[in-house]
Amino acid sequence: MAVGTSKVRFDWLTIFFYAALVGIGWVNIYSASLSDASAGYFDLTQIYGRQLLFIILSVVLIIFILAVDAKFYERFSSIIYIVSVASLIGLFIFGKNINGATSWYSFGNFGIQPSEFAKAATALALSKYVSDIQTNMQEIKHQLRAFIIIALPALIIIPQPDPGSALIYAAFVFPLYREGLHFVYLLLGFFAAALFVSTLAIGVPWVIAGVLLITGFTYFKNRKRRPRVINYAAIALACIAFAFSVNYIFNNVFEQRHRDRFNIVLGKEIDTKGIGYNTNQSEIAIGNGGWFGKGWTQGTQTKGNFVPEQHTDYIFSTVGEEWGFVGSVLVIALFIALITRILFLAERQKNQFSRVYGYSVAAILFFHFFVNIGMVTGLFPTVGIPLPFFSYGGSGLWGFTILVFIFVRLDASNFVHS
Amino acid sequence: MRKLLLLSIVLITGLVFTGRLFYLQVYNTSFQQLSENNAIKVIYDYPQRGYIFDRNGKLLVANQPSYDVMVIPREVKPLDTLEFCNLLKITKKDFKEILAKARVYSPRLPSVVIPQLTKGEYAYLSEKMYKYEGFYIQKRSLRDYEVTHSANVLGYIAEVNPYIIKQNPDYQMGELIGRQGVEQQYEEVLRGVKGVKYIQKDRFNRDIGPFKEGIFDTLPERGKDISLTIDEVLQQYGEELFVNKRGGVVAIEPSSGEILALVTAPYYDPSLLVGRERSKNYTKLYYDSIAKPLYDRVLQGEYPPGSPFKTLTALIGLQEGIIDTKETVACHGGYTYGRGRKLGCHHHKSPLSMVGGIANSCNAYFCTAYRRSIEKYPTPQEGMTQWQRHLESFGLGNYLGTDLPSGRPGKIPSAALYNKVYKYPEYKWYATATISNAIGQGEVLLTPIQMANFTAAIANKGWYYKPHIIKNIHDVDTIPSVYTEKIQTTIDSEHFAPIIEGMHDAYNYGTASFLKIPDIEICGKTGTAENYTKIDGKRTQLTDHSVFIAFAPKDDPKIAIAVFVENGYWGSRWAGRIASLMIEKYIKGKITRTDLEKYVLNGSLEAEYAKPYSGEPFKINQ
Repeated sequence: MAVGTSKVRFDWLTIFFYAALVGIGWVNIYSASLSDASAGYFDLTQIYGRQLLFIILSVVLIIFILAVDAKFYERFSSIIYIVSVASLIGLFIFGKNINGATSWYSFGNFGIQPSEFAKAATALALSKYVSDIQTNMQEIKHQLRAFIIIALPALIIIPQPDPGSALIYAAFVFPLYREGLHFVYLLLGFFAAALFVSTLAIGVPWVIAGVLLITGFTYFKNRKRRPRVINYAAIALACIAFAFSVNYIFNNVFEQRHRDRFNIVLGKEIDTKGIGYNTNQSEIAIGNGGWFGKGWTQGTQTKGNFVPEQHTDYIFSTVGEEWGFVGSVLVIALFIALITRILFLAERQKNQFSRVYGYSVAAILFFHFFVNIGMVTGLFPTVGIPLPFFSYGGSGLWGFTILVFIFVRLDASNFVHS
Repeated sequence: MRKLLLLSIVLITGLVFTGRLFYLQVYNTSFQQLSENNAIKVIYDYPQRGYIFDRNGKLLVANQPSYDVMVIPREVKPLDTLEFCNLLKITKKDFKEILAKARVYSPRLPSVVIPQLTKGEYAYLSEKMYKYEGFYIQKRSLRDYEVTHSANVLGYIAEVNPYIIKQNPDYQMGELIGRQGVEQQYEEVLRGVKGVKYIQKDRFNRDIGPFKEGIFDTLPERGKDISLTIDEVLQQYGEELFVNKRGGVVAIEPSSGEILALVTAPYYDPSLLVGRERSKNYTKLYYDSIAKPLYDRVLQGEYPPGSPFKTLTALIGLQEGIIDTKETVACHGGYTYGRGRKLGCHHHKSPLSMVGGIANSCNAYFCTAYRRSIEKYPTPQEGMTQWQRHLESFGLGNYLGTDLPSGRPGKIPSAALYNKVYKYPEYKWYATATISNAIGQGEVLLTPIQMANFTAAIANKGWYYKPHIIKNIHDVDTIPSVYTEKIQTTIDSEHFAPIIEGMHDAYNYGTASFLKIPDIEICGKTGTAENYTKIDGKRTQLTDHSVFIAFAPKDDPKIAIAVFVENGYWGSRWAGRIASLMIEKYIKGKITRTDLEKYVLNGSLEAEYAKPYSGEPFKINQ
């Protein structure tokens, strides 16, 4: 089972999708960060030059990950998780504040963002716990433990503050559901989100009216089965209480910048110069692309630096402007292809650990993709999370590389078993 | 089911994003416009407008620098308004209004705050401008008129208005465009091509260099100079002769159709419409509803031509073969037709043949000829249609197609018109009902330039070039081809000799015999046109218009001229004199009959023009 035996076979399709996304990503970072002072592609004073270095280091990382025995990841998952959580806690003491968030360890010019690696660690730990022969996801006790494994890093990340990164941990609900978590949890999550949005969009009074109407109607419809009034009343009351608490949290706990971001997307405020500026400029840049785009490094919005953070969170707006509808859809298709390929491989796994991990990888990639593209195209509120493989940043790239290639390694050894 | 949930969500998300991208990038193009607006700045480089010369190379119009204070509203920072207003010499209220207007036009594009500063004002202001962000001074090229005449020919340039910008997106607020005259007609030749620089901007609206290394940038191209067919000396002399008179002169070189002079009176100095006083002066000219100095009488005035029209009646008669040069027609103090109706004539010897008829302008002779032309055909409708066809071949009854932007078609009545008026076929009408047409009254209306043109056609014995004002476009060395195509009239050339002879006799012993010029054989025809106006809604006859057409020399015509003096009474009284002087000036280059010249220069018709406005009863034709 060691590397080098002829029976180890990596899934080259996944590797191809990964390489394509990283390559296209770098091409766009180059365009977004191009300046007059450029001196070749490998200029470490430039953003694109550093990203090229990160990509080369990723290759080293990949070779290392694939060289390690697959069993290592399962056996050492708990230790990796503990080290990762400790590194997150350490931020409160040794972390460096960049852009208002203490999410970085600083080593000279380079910074390391442990939250990017914590996702892989959490995925490993969760897979290990769930695949334990004694764990049963139908039991409340086990559900609670799994929840703690997921929530611990998220709760440490939130006050850094980096709510965007913490949000990603919600993705783990998908592998848990795959492993037997009741559908009700997903529904509850969905309803909570729907209530949250509608409370903000139409206000508490209307939400109360809506909740009462719907519960009343379902009770009336089911009255032949003699439902218990108390149950319905409890549900309605819970919903109303939730709406009130959302309202309270929104107005008293959220900072104004969070409120603004929600209000823009909900159409309550149209302010293209203030907080809506990012989204508006991003939409203009993408719209400017038309069918075939302006051509590489020819985007006027990209050149004028109209889109803030374009090489990081808003990198997709460069794709939109310079490669047009055709290029954008190609990138979307590559992401969908990579995620579905991983899901397909996960289902193919012989052992549960690999399957849970594969699902976790797919879910995390999807959440990033979903939230980021949604934000850049103006469908969702502005939540600062990167687009996997595209956004500038060493920690992010390495985090996703580790995430994906541990799975590639697991899948390869799984194949050998058969 | 558990296996498929995430997969389904992933695939649906892919579709939703594809749809969203389609909406942003393909369906909704407003984002593309937004991008052009906020990322690229366009700077124009204005070229010099082309010069205008007369036919002999004398410079008429050149350029002078001028300085406009401009504003880009969104770049304006809070400023000391009071101090700035004092600098610009405007009130705070005006300043606020100008700024508000500029903002409405566009917050991004420049608008004019104060147009056309003098050099002195510019020198003073330019030192202080740095204090006022969003404001700057733009150099522009204005017209510098080397002559004080020809305002009607030259036209003027003015800032484009929102209407023009809407019609023609080449222009932007504050840019100049030719209005009227050759400035308008040859706008595209004269203005040149403005240079464009595209500047890529960043999000702070700072310039970060040329867009795409300047591959779309263009250099300005200087406007082309043009030469006009106008003879500057003749034009100026024409205006001088018209002092205190209203009307105009059109002089054409018959062999080429070139307009030698195009005088309308009253006139104004073209320099009035340049500089900061432009709009004040323009308003003054525009609201002078009595003298109407902006109204080009020779191009736009439609007048009954009177007796000069008789030459055409005679030509049609000869062409139709219903009269010959030998037949004489008796005149008993007029032409009697119908049941005792009579069109009067003045005193002259009788009977007369064609040559004598023209020389003496006998009404009876031409009524006879006209009636026969119409009655030659089975119905008056057919006769009228033939008659109209002949006249239209002289460029009458429709726009002449000169290269001047204003003009009127005049009027040659058609059979259809009389059918309508007389309610045909319920009632019938005959040639006699339209008999006034024979002598250029009735329904016939011509513009003075049309009269000059048919005079040129007579001088050429049957053909003409479209009258035009453009002599040459420099560098291109060509003029529009419509002005180099000979136009044939429907009259055969052999029929012109007796008409020319008659016009010559008018000078020798006829109505214009006292206007002879030594050594020049002139052919002319007087006209005395009745005209009416409405005073307090009542149709009132005014003193006749004095009309004269002429060409000279008889055998090798160098100039054909039509002169029109409003309310100048009989033809040779004013119009004949002016025509005679202008012909001498053009052909000889100097005036030998200084008494005649003095008489015209000192003559005034202002008293005549004041009559209808006096509010009292008045006498005409005194």
